[in-house]
Amino acid sequence: MAKVDYEIPELKEYPVIPKLKKDAMAHSAPYVAKEKFQTSLGYAGELVDNWQEVAIAKMGELTTKYRSLSVFLDSCVKCGACTDKCHYYLGTTDPKNMPVARQDLFRNVYRRYFTLAGKLVPKLVGAQDLTEEVLDDWYTYFHQCSQCRRCSVYCPYGIDTAEISMAAREVMATVGKGQKYCNEIIGKAQTLGNNLGLPEPALADTLEGLEEDVEEDTGVAVKFPLDKKGCDVLLITPSADFFAEPHVDGLIGYAKVFHEAGVSWTMSSYASEAANFGMFIGSYENMRKLALRIREAAIELGCKRIVFGECGHAWRVAYSFLNTLAGPFDFLDPAYPVPQHICEFTHDLISKDKLKFDKSENDHMTLTFHDSCNVARASRMGDEAGGQFTLPRDIINATCNNFYDMPKHAIKEGTYCCGGGGGLLTDDLMELRVKGALPRMEALKNVTENNGVTHMAAICAICKSQFSKVLPYYGFEMDQIVSVHQLVSNAIILTKDEDSVIDNEAETDDTVVAA
Amino acid sequence: MAIEVDGQSYETDEEGYLEDLNQWRPELGSAMALADGAPLDENHWEVINFLREYYEEYQIAPAVRVLTKAIGKKLGKDKGTSKYLYELFPYGPAKQACKYAGLPKPTGCV
Repeated sequence: MAKVDYEIPELKEYPVIPKLKKDAMAHSAPYVAKEKFQTSLGYAGELVDNWQEVAIAKMGELTTKYRSLSVFLDSCVKCGACTDKCHYYLGTTDPKNMPVARQDLFRNVYRRYFTLAGKLVPKLVGAQDLTEEVLDDWYTYFHQCSQCRRCSVYCPYGIDTAEISMAAREVMATVGKGQKYCNEIIGKAQTLGNNLGLPEPALADTLEGLEEDVEEDTGVAVKFPLDKKGCDVLLITPSADFFAEPHVDGLIGYAKVFHEAGVSWTMSSYASEAANFGMFIGSYENMRKLALRIREAAIELGCKRIVFGECGHAWRVAYSFLNTLAGPFDFLDPAYPVPQHICEFTHDLISKDKLKFDKSENDHMTLTFHDSCNVARASRMGDEAGGQFTLPRDIINATCNNFYDMPKHAIKEGTYCCGGGGGLLTDDLMELRVKGALPRMEALKNVTENNGVTHMAAICAICKSQFSKVLPYYGFEMDQIVSVHQLVSNAIILTKDEDSVIDNEAETDDTVVAA
Repeated sequence: MAIEVDGQSYETDEEGYLEDLNQWRPELGSAMALADGAPLDENHWEVINFLREYYEEYQIAPAVRVLTKAIGKKLGKDKGTSKYLYELFPYGPAKQACKYAGLPKPTGCV
C-alpha cells in the first residue's frame, strides 16, 4: 500500500451523513486523453477553438436522440432524496458530489440554451452559460461519478445520474477533452481485442500456463481452449481474468464448470474482452464497435451460445444492449438465453444437481457478497425478478458453509459501488477511489465484527481490482476479495475418468490452446 | 514530463512511464525508483529482468500468475507469491515494476 497525503475517512459503526466541505475534491481530475487516443475514436484531438458551439450542438443532439436524457434534465424538483445516496459524496463530503448537484452542472447549461425561460431570464431559473470554468467543473465532477445508479433508486422520478454523466463525458470527448484512461483502453480493445492489449500469443501462453497449474493441482486435464471452432459455448470474459488476481481464480472456476458440464467451449482472441468502456464515455458508436467484435467472433467460430464471465458493466451492456448493438443473434441456439451469464450457467447445473461440491474446501473463509452496481441495478439473471441477487448468493451457499449478508441498505438494489466503477479505476483518481469505498468498507466492517466475515466475493473485474487496492487503506488485507467462481473452483469435485486422469509417468502434450 | 540521467533527458508520460521503450537502460530504472524513494536491489532486478524478457517475446507484461510462477522457479517457492511481489513493489508489481522496466503501463480493469 502506498503512502498518501490525504485523510482516509474513518469507519463509523453506521453511516453518518457528513458535513459539507465546499470544493473538497475540486483538485481531483483524471488525465486528459492525448491526441492519438482521441482521434482514433473519432473525436477532436484537442480542445477545439469553437468548443462552446460544438458542445452546445452536441447537447442538442443528445437530448433529442435520447428522450430519457431530456426528461431527466427537465423533471428534477430538487426534493433532495438523492443527496446522501452517493458513495463519493459520503466519502469526500464535497457538495458537488451530491447527485442533484452533479446533475445541475449539466442541467444549468441545458436550461440556458434549450429552455425558453433559460434563454430569456437565465438568472431567475439558475441557467448558466457554458464557460471554460463550467467545462473544467464538468471534467472534475463527471469523473467523480461511477455511473452506479444508486441515487436513481431513491429518486421519486427515477432520474438516472449515470445517463447525464455519460452524456457529459461524450460532449467533453467531442470537443477534445476526453479521459485518458477510458479512451486509451477503448482504442486497445478495438485494435487488439482486449483492454489490456494482450496479443494472441501472450493470451495462448497464459492459458497454457493455467492448464498446467490446474492439472498439477487436481490431476484432471481441465482445458482452456482459445479460438477453437465448432464449440457450443463462446466465453466472453474481462481480460482482467487472464491477468490479475483474484480474477484468474474465477476463470479457473468457469473452466472447471464447463469441464464438469461436458460442454465444449472456447474463448476468442479476437473478442477477448467482455468489458465495454464505450458505455462509460456515453459513446454509442464505440460501444457498438466493441459489441460487434463479439458477434463476429461467435459467427467465425461457429458457436451456438454466448456466455459472459464475471464483469459488471459488461453484463449490463450484454443483457440490456447487445441485441440492439450487434443483433440479431438468430444464428445462436434459441433454447438458451442470449447472452447467458456464467452465474446462470453454473446455477442451472447446480439446480439440476449436476455439480458436486465439497463445501469444506471453503471452510477457511466466512463469506459476504458485494453486489456490483451494474449487475444489481441495470440487469437481471435467471427467470425471476431479483435473480441477479439470488443466483450469485445461491452459488455461494452451494459452495460455502459460512455466508452472511451485509446490512440491508448496502446490498442488492441499495448496493454501494466499490468506488472504482464507471471508468474511474485509474491511479490518477486514487484519492477518489479510496474515499468512495467508504460506505462499502463500513458495511464490510459491520459483518466482520458481528459475523466473523473474512472474505468478500464479487462478480465484477473492476470491483475485484478496486478492492484489492483499497482494502488495505481501511485495515483489511488485499486478498480478502475473492471471485464467486473462485469459491466454485475451490469446492467443485472434478470427475476423474480414465481419459482425464494424468499419468504421472507419461508426458502429455496435447494442448488445445494453440490458435 | 521527463527524467534526467547522466545529463541526458528522457521523455515520460504524465505518470512517469518512458515514452520511447528503446531508450531504456538499467540506470533509468534505478533513477525512477530513487525518485519514488525506494532504491532497487537484486530482488527487484530479478522481476524487472523477467518482465523485459517476457515483453520482448509477447509485447505485453506477463499476467500476475505467470510472473509469480516464474519468480517462484527462479528464487524459490516462498517468493513465488503476489504477497512477495507486493512487498517489493507496493504500488502493484505489474504497474510499478513495468515503469522501472521501461515498459508501458498495463491498462484495463487491473
